[in-house]
Amino acid sequence: MLKNKTASIRTGMDERVFDILNILFLSFLGLFFLYPIVYVFSASLSKPLYVATGSVIFFPKGISLDSFFAAAKLPLLWRSYANTIFYTAAGTIVNMILTCSGAYVLSKSELKGRSFWVLVVVVTMWFDPGIIPRYLNFRDLHLLNTYSSVIIGFGVNTFNLIILKTFFESIPGSLEESARIDGANQWQILRKIYLPLSTPALVTVALFYAVSRWNGYFWMMMLVTDDKKAPLQVLLKKLIVQKEIPLEGVKILDLSTRYSQDTIIYAVIVISIIPVLIVYPIVQRFFKNGIMLGAVKG
Amino acid sequence: MSTIKIRSLVHFDTEQLMLYVIGLPCLFWFILFQYKPMSGLVIAFQNYSLFKGISRSPWCGLRNFTDFLNSPYFYTTFKNTFVLNLWGLLIGFPFAIIFALFLNEIKNRVFKTVIQTVSFLPYFIAVVVCCGILINMLSPSTGIVNSIRSGLGKEKIFFLSKPEWFVPIYTGLNIWKTTGFNAVIYLAALSGIDPSMYDAARIDGANKFHQLWNITIPSILPTIVVTLVLKIGSMLNIGFETILLLYQPATYSTADVISTYVYRLGMVENNFGLATAVGLFNAIIGFLLVYSSNKLSRKLTQTSLW
Repeated sequence: MLKNKTASIRTGMDERVFDILNILFLSFLGLFFLYPIVYVFSASLSKPLYVATGSVIFFPKGISLDSFFAAAKLPLLWRSYANTIFYTAAGTIVNMILTCSGAYVLSKSELKGRSFWVLVVVVTMWFDPGIIPRYLNFRDLHLLNTYSSVIIGFGVNTFNLIILKTFFESIPGSLEESARIDGANQWQILRKIYLPLSTPALVTVALFYAVSRWNGYFWMMMLVTDDKKAPLQVLLKKLIVQKEIPLEGVKILDLSTRYSQDTIIYAVIVISIIPVLIVYPIVQRFFKNGIMLGAVKG
Repeated sequence: MSTIKIRSLVHFDTEQLMLYVIGLPCLFWFILFQYKPMSGLVIAFQNYSLFKGISRSPWCGLRNFTDFLNSPYFYTTFKNTFVLNLWGLLIGFPFAIIFALFLNEIKNRVFKTVIQTVSFLPYFIAVVVCCGILINMLSPSTGIVNSIRSGLGKEKIFFLSKPEWFVPIYTGLNIWKTTGFNAVIYLAALSGIDPSMYDAARIDGANKFHQLWNITIPSILPTIVVTLVLKIGSMLNIGFETILLLYQPATYSTADVISTYVYRLGMVENNFGLATAVGLFNAIIGFLLVYSSNKLSRKLTQTSLW
């Protein structure tokens, strides 16, 4: 009896020690995930001299918004920002129209030749023709350097289509049955029954699309070479990765320097991720559900 | 009787027709943007020239393939693809599991949510921005890492032009970007474990380690196996966009993978035939990997202990 009690006290102590170490460990990891983002914010708000000499480590030093004013004057920044908003909005709408209609048709057990059509779609998840044939295809279709190239060319993501198809299949057939007795046709059933009943799945898939549209750069870079049509990510690549675009800013820094190349770059990064940070709390919840939707399928 | 039958037949056909009409735009898209490019794969067997097009470019049989297999790039790109994946599997893959295991032990709900939210955030930051931040933080002139190094009296390192640094940097970036995302699925599996099992174990005097080893790990093992198998299946789709942003000629020896090589061959050197051949080679191996890993995972999850 007594032995048991001391044993349970000991395990209690062990668990408390473990809990404390665990909290420390996870706080450290949390810092690791957050640090680069915090650093970018701090650096963009600090005086260039402090950034260049490494005295900005966590918190901003010598706070000023000058780097943001300088960044805001970059000729193509707002243009490409507007382009990205357009690509994301128009692209996601096209995505949803094509994906919903396709998923609906494939979810219907009465569709003739259904397993064949499902295979036609699923094969594209397994076999990718590759960069060059895709690029030449866009060229053959005269879509290079057009807004529609990326918007239509990436109209469906097969994985998202399958997620939605699986979801549609889970909608009970009895609802459809009664609508059909009232004389509803396929189109009305899709609009009046399937879509309203799948709102969470639709939002999830739409967010999957929107995030990949907002963040995508590779095919944008390949297909849209005209700076005026290019989205934010392509401009950012030239600006912060390749550093191809010359930025004004003095080379020798002192305390009176208001902004430098580096602080402008950090400010541009901040400007580009602010919308992501604003919608993140909502988006992440749907994403978590979406990962599970996909996982059940996989 | 017969009129009813005829009417239902007509009705049935219009239903089918309507389904096809609704599905048509989507089908059209698949033909135009998935299957039509596949026909473009024929240039893998051609000495393709942009000006002559497919119809007038000379055929060259399998020469593009033999050229690739005999070139030094074959070894380098395959080795790098393998090494980068291996690091991902040995470090990145367990990292997400360990993170989920520790996070699952947290009793304070607010703390747990905060940490999970923070860990998931990098997944939403665009790859260009991630690489931009990394490049700036590692910059030899003004980057924070080198500033701290020189503050400590150490030599500055130009990390991104050192081949030996590429693999750790790439792996680190991936851990930062995807741990939170990958942990979601494990956390879901962990939350499905019946808490009474732990209570029972505790009464029997099992400590944390015993509980982990005998309850937690076996419970999430199927999930681990499936993710592992699927990850191996998609080996060839290694973070091509990230590598393209981070590598430079000085680090090609450790950073160049098959897909980045294809990109350079085609878009920089305009050697479309060879690029397509290498891409096709990649796609076929990728297909075999994905297909067999899917089969394997189905088999394992059905016949595994659970």
